Amino acid sequence: MNKYAERLYNGIIKENPTFVLMLGMCPTLAVTSSAINGLGMGLSTTVVLVFANLLISLFRKVIPNGVRIPAFIVIVASLVTIVQLLMQAYMQDLSKALGVYIPLIVVNCIILGRAESYASKNGPVESIFDGVGMGLGFTVGLTLIGLIREILGAGTFFNRPFLSAIEGFTPITIFIMAPGAFLVLGFLVAGMNIIRKKMDDRGTPLAEPAGCLSGDCAHCGQSAMCTGKSKEGEKA
Amino acid sequence: MSENYQVSSAPHVRAKDSTSRVMLYVIIALLPASLFGIFNFGIRALLLILITIATCIACEWIFNIIVHKKNTVTDLSAVVTGLLLALNFPAGLPLWEAVIGGAFAILIVKMMFGGLGQNFMNPALGGRCFLLIAFAADMTNFNVVKNGVDVYTGATPLALIRNEGLNSVNVMDMLLGKTAGTIGETSVIAVLIGAIILILCGVINLRIPASYIITFAVFVFIFGAERFNPTYVVAQLCGGGLMLGAFFMATDYVTSPITPRGQIVFGICCGILTGLFRCFGANAEGVSFAIILSNLLVPLIEKVTVPDAFGIVKVKKAKEAKANE
Repeated sequence: MNKYAERLYNGIIKENPTFVLMLGMCPTLAVTSSAINGLGMGLSTTVVLVFANLLISLFRKVIPNGVRIPAFIVIVASLVTIVQLLMQAYMQDLSKALGVYIPLIVVNCIILGRAESYASKNGPVESIFDGVGMGLGFTVGLTLIGLIREILGAGTFFNRPFLSAIEGFTPITIFIMAPGAFLVLGFLVAGMNIIRKKMDDRGTPLAEPAGCLSGDCAHCGQSAMCTGKSKEGEKA
Repeated sequence: MSENYQVSSAPHVRAKDSTSRVMLYVIIALLPASLFGIFNFGIRALLLILITIATCIACEWIFNIIVHKKNTVTDLSAVVTGLLLALNFPAGLPLWEAVIGGAFAILIVKMMFGGLGQNFMNPALGGRCFLLIAFAADMTNFNVVKNGVDVYTGATPLALIRNEGLNSVNVMDMLLGKTAGTIGETSVIAVLIGAIILILCGVINLRIPASYIITFAVFVFIFGAERFNPTYVVAQLCGGGLMLGAFFMATDYVTSPITPRGQIVFGICCGILTGLFRCFGANAEGVSFAIILSNLLVPLIEKVTVPDAFGIVKVKKAKEAKANE
């Protein structure tokens, strides 16, 4: 597998931001009340993520280390503004449905996380593929959650009648409300863990222990799931 | 024979109490309310009760098989969950919704967290609240048709009190249970008979129900829609699922505190929350949400109410004693 395909595989499966890294939980839980919202949120984040990775990777040599986070934020915020204005111009309905969560992409931890841990250390082309992989992973996660919630909670499939076509079906409205997001996410993560465990048992682990770059386990949000403490930190 | 002579550490004296025996007492204690519900709402209520219990047992059985665990169906806790859940349904609830409620209660609230003893929330109430949010219209539709005649139409006594005032209800009917409502909650007398059975058998003590009911009564007396009116308080006490909740659900061993002081604090929490929901909330009823919210507080309550072990002197007292010396 070449390194570009590896980046895509890493983002979509191995380190899927929604089901494995558990990043970006706020939009994941809040906007996935329908598949189309999940897809829209995922794709707009992907666009921002790809361009943010590209720009940060290009500027990585000129950004001083001490102010790198504010610099990243400025880049991300500019891109989010562009996306937000474009959506308001061409996709009014989606823009209204996603509401405040579009501007909030600025502080989405997937984007900052990729900037910090990948784009600021690697070349532009790899960073683009990393952004595409992570973004698609996020999109797949959000669309899946949105789809399940929509089918159960509204009885529709991408806004077309699906279960609601069956006579006597009452939509289980709890699934398009807040508790439904937690329930569906919990089950999908559980399902993902089952797959990982099965593959580990079979001797073909889905992912090497991810390791980390900071080596600072005490302040790492992933330390609970991390098995290879400071794997890459040791290398650095 | 050999097990009679095993050498083991204390305790050596054992009671015959077992999970299944306690659960059996609870089932017996729930029978008056169930029978009255069936008498009141007709054969549909019996069907709902049977289907919910069957769902709960089947879910627990299948789950245990799937995860290769010892089957725990025989401890009867699934039957209690199913029965309690069914008593919280209006008699006209579609059967498939009852099945979903039973499956949610057992699979998600109970088994996912590790089965009986590990669940952080009362399974029956978890199932009921799930349905209440999921199928709000069906769960609050108390119209009942028996033998082709509308037996009850419209609102529960609590909703009537809320919308049309105290004069629209008859407290005596509420006490007997000849009102609209869920299958098991209408008859206060039937629930109290069950509660007395539980107390006499030593299954529950009065700490949680008493502190719950007293706190709620005081709260409603002060903050209710008709302040300082004893009749209003009595109507609120007899209405809705308060009695069923206080004696059968708040007292669930797993989800209530184990410490005596904690049980009283827990009851007070339930009472205040129920009062808040009923007096200031959007719905006329709030018992189930109050109890499951209090369930979530239980670890915290237990932590601050740990009793002192025998012989331990409290730090503060010890300091005072030292100062006196």
